[in-house]
Amino acid sequence: MALIKAQNITKDYQTEDVVVHALQEVDFEIEPASFVSFVGPSGSGKTTILNLIGCLDKPSAGNLRIADTDVINLGRKESAAFRGKYLGFIFQDFNLIPVLTVYENIEYPLIMVQNIAPQERRERISRMLAAVDMTDQAHKYPHQISGGQKQRVAIARALVTNPALVLADEPTANLDSQTAYAVIGLMKKMRDDFGTTFIFSTHDTKIVGEAEVIFRLEDGRLVGKETKGGTKS
Amino acid sequence: MMNLFKIAIRNLIRYKRRTLLTASLITIGVVFVLVFVSITGSFKAMMIGQITDSMLGHLQIHRKGYVASIDNLPLNLNMKSQAYAKVATVLDATPEVAAFSPRLKFGGMFSNFVETTNIRLNGIYPDREFQTVPLLTSRISEGKKVLNRGEILIPILLAKGLNVKLGDTVVIVATNADGSVNGKQFIVSGILESATGPGGRDGYVHIEDAAEVLRMPEAEVSEVAIRLKDFSRLPTAVKQLETKVAGVVNKEGRSMFEVHSWEQLSPFFNIARMIDVMTFFIKIMLIAIVLISIMNVMIMAVYERIREIGTIAAIGTLPGKIRSMFIIEGFCLGIVGAIVGGLLGSAVILIVNLVGIRFDFGQQQGLLLKATLNPNDLLTVSVIVIFVAVAASLQPAIKASKMEPIEALRHV
Repeated sequence: MALIKAQNITKDYQTEDVVVHALQEVDFEIEPASFVSFVGPSGSGKTTILNLIGCLDKPSAGNLRIADTDVINLGRKESAAFRGKYLGFIFQDFNLIPVLTVYENIEYPLIMVQNIAPQERRERISRMLAAVDMTDQAHKYPHQISGGQKQRVAIARALVTNPALVLADEPTANLDSQTAYAVIGLMKKMRDDFGTTFIFSTHDTKIVGEAEVIFRLEDGRLVGKETKGGTKS
Repeated sequence: MMNLFKIAIRNLIRYKRRTLLTASLITIGVVFVLVFVSITGSFKAMMIGQITDSMLGHLQIHRKGYVASIDNLPLNLNMKSQAYAKVATVLDATPEVAAFSPRLKFGGMFSNFVETTNIRLNGIYPDREFQTVPLLTSRISEGKKVLNRGEILIPILLAKGLNVKLGDTVVIVATNADGSVNGKQFIVSGILESATGPGGRDGYVHIEDAAEVLRMPEAEVSEVAIRLKDFSRLPTAVKQLETKVAGVVNKEGRSMFEVHSWEQLSPFFNIARMIDVMTFFIKIMLIAIVLISIMNVMIMAVYERIREIGTIAAIGTLPGKIRSMFIIEGFCLGIVGAIVGGLLGSAVILIVNLVGIRFDFGQQQGLLLKATLNPNDLLTVSVIVIFVAVAASLQPAIKASKMEPIEALRHV
């Protein structure tokens, strides 16, 4: 069964007298444990579609089901609870909490969102720190580590809650190409290790090649889907 | 909850200078209020103590209508001995009463055989009077701290004005109730320092001597001064005595007596009320300082951390927790201000006491002010500061919790 099922998703923005059609009748399905990328030029609707999947925004029309839940009709608090349970986020600017250490940043969703017991918390964080190779940096603050390390911490924070889906909006945009590849490689490894679905957006053509399923967007329309192994539609 | 505190405290430390400035502002406000409340409160308590313990007593009982005409010291509104006996019975049966003293007040002429002037006199039973107003003896600046029959205690201004000294013989001449005039010689046994308030410049003689001057077969009583065991129970005692004396009626069935607390008898009560009003406004100023400074700092905190709010909201933090995060920041600022302000305020009050503030009040000079900090005041001010700090954080905290994560994440 598909993890995400989107049907006729439309998103319009009203700006003063102009209506901007950010997404127009988009349909797609995403299977569990897939490594998916939405690609397209600026303004094509990549971020909009990630925001909708991330339950941060609601479509103007259409149906969207994630993990068998109709996320369109969730209220504000229910949306937050859904995000905390099923979703993980990786941001372009890392968005770590500056007053918390690497360890505490990874710990944050376990305490503040999922209320996990201390023993299990420690085990999960240790596992994540080891997985992103940040164990020896655990007690440093975000301003004491590099951009690549920050994004590794962000990946650990996104995965520590065992989400079904991790959304990453331009996760490599602020990284040099070597670090960008390393980060994408780490995300893929995590998918392999934990079976989590990763969806990321990018406009970097080299990075796109790392995705196993690629959705191409243009002017708010889904214009193609490529699956590694050769299938095109 | 501990994590919310950890994040709040670290965010406060993150903006050290701003936190320090805000906490300092609150601290200064708390120190100012505590010192003001302590000094004015001590001044008020001291002056009330002076007035009640050296002249008025805590409350008084008069025959109905006497207080309205008290400036004339009307002899026709005195209590006869039978009426006083009824009052004394009521007072003896009232457990709150520590002591009471009947007084026969009258106005007369004071002469040293060379010069003559007016004088207001209290005829008293010395032992009972000294028990009821224990500071009266401390006002005797020269002479014995006792009063025997045939002796008179005179106010210092009169002694200076007429150049009367201890041991001098003087004459008191007074108009009696029937309009006739009578006189009696007295020996000056003591000079009284003046006190501010009604009766502060009165002289004292034995009540039997007063009755003799006024040609009363039995000493009548103009007022009964009462001292309570617990001054803080004054309102209750007044009500209780009002009820009891209301039962004492004359032949026409009308109530004969009225009860007045010191507040109704001394104009200082208005000054005391003014002090209370000033203290209230000083507290309002403190509230304004805390409210404005914390609201300002929390609005800034929310504005500066919009992206952070977006991040934590996106990863699933519920709005209530985001709200709590900011309220706890304000709460911590309030706690710091209250604790540091309380400590500094106590230190300032200690220094004030070590330095020793002396002041003059009316004719009383060189009074030493002993500032004391009432734990209730400290608690009240701390609670006000913390409560206002939390209240001031509410609006920014609610704003933060209501932010749409998508818009917050877009914020540059």
